[in-house]
Amino acid sequence: MRSILLSLVVGVVFGVGLLLSGMTQPAKVVNFLDVLGNWDPSLGFVMGGAIAVHFLAYRLIPRLPAPLWAERWGLPTRRDIDTRLLVGAALFGAGWGLGGYCPGPALTSVVAGASSTLIFTGAMLAGMGGFAVWEAARARR
Amino acid sequence: MSPDFTPLLSTLGGALIGLSASAMLLLEGRVAGISGIVGGLFTPKPGDIGWRVAFLAGLVLAGIGGALFAPASVAVEIDRAPWMLVVAGLLVGIGTRLGNGCTSGHGVCGLSRMSPRSLASVLTFMAVGAVVAVAVGKLTGGAS
Repeated sequence: MRSILLSLVVGVVFGVGLLLSGMTQPAKVVNFLDVLGNWDPSLGFVMGGAIAVHFLAYRLIPRLPAPLWAERWGLPTRRDIDTRLLVGAALFGAGWGLGGYCPGPALTSVVAGASSTLIFTGAMLAGMGGFAVWEAARARR
Repeated sequence: MSPDFTPLLSTLGGALIGLSASAMLLLEGRVAGISGIVGGLFTPKPGDIGWRVAFLAGLVLAGIGGALFAPASVAVEIDRAPWMLVVAGLLVGIGTRLGNGCTSGHGVCGLSRMSPRSLASVLTFMAVGAVVAVAVGKLTGGAS
């Protein structure tokens, strides 16, 4: 129970960060990516602020023998750059540049009920669900 | 340059995102990647559901706070036809699962870990995102 409650708090902090930073405003994101238009460099400062904090934390925290609530570290270990990674990133980038939402801001904004957010988020979840179904079908073959 | 440039608020918001990702690392030993957290719910494993749902409920709770106290930051329509939003959503949903991460997992966490996979991912999605945003901007006269 305690761990569930703290996960909720960690999610709230993430969401408040997205709200303050401007990531939940698709026009602001598109104006960052549209470098030849009405350029808004704010998103670079979001990444800078986030990485400054997390870079330091990542230097310190994994020195502990284990995370507080898990038996072992569950961090990614792969270092290879394959086609799947690059094609996935390219598809994501195209959708991000077109709609102005990445997954976190879309899920944070959906309760505010703007129709653009609802349509985008519904399609995003359908894409994720469809991908899971496709992967499961491929694994059975 | 856009008059909406917000360097201080964006840095502060970014620092909170980094703090949340660091708390996730300390508590669960995991990467705070939103697409991975959501994606894991489509292939649920026992004992691996509660923290995902709780974290996502936290995002939604923040959104409710935003809608109540700062609606302009969260209840915003974007100047795109519905079919474009459907295509954009599908691309983001499929692309982040195929490429194992999004702006949070590869961007914030991966770059902080100096992962070569994440660097390749971020360079790719930023470049493609910029090309698409510039092209759509030229066609529609820019995002409002």
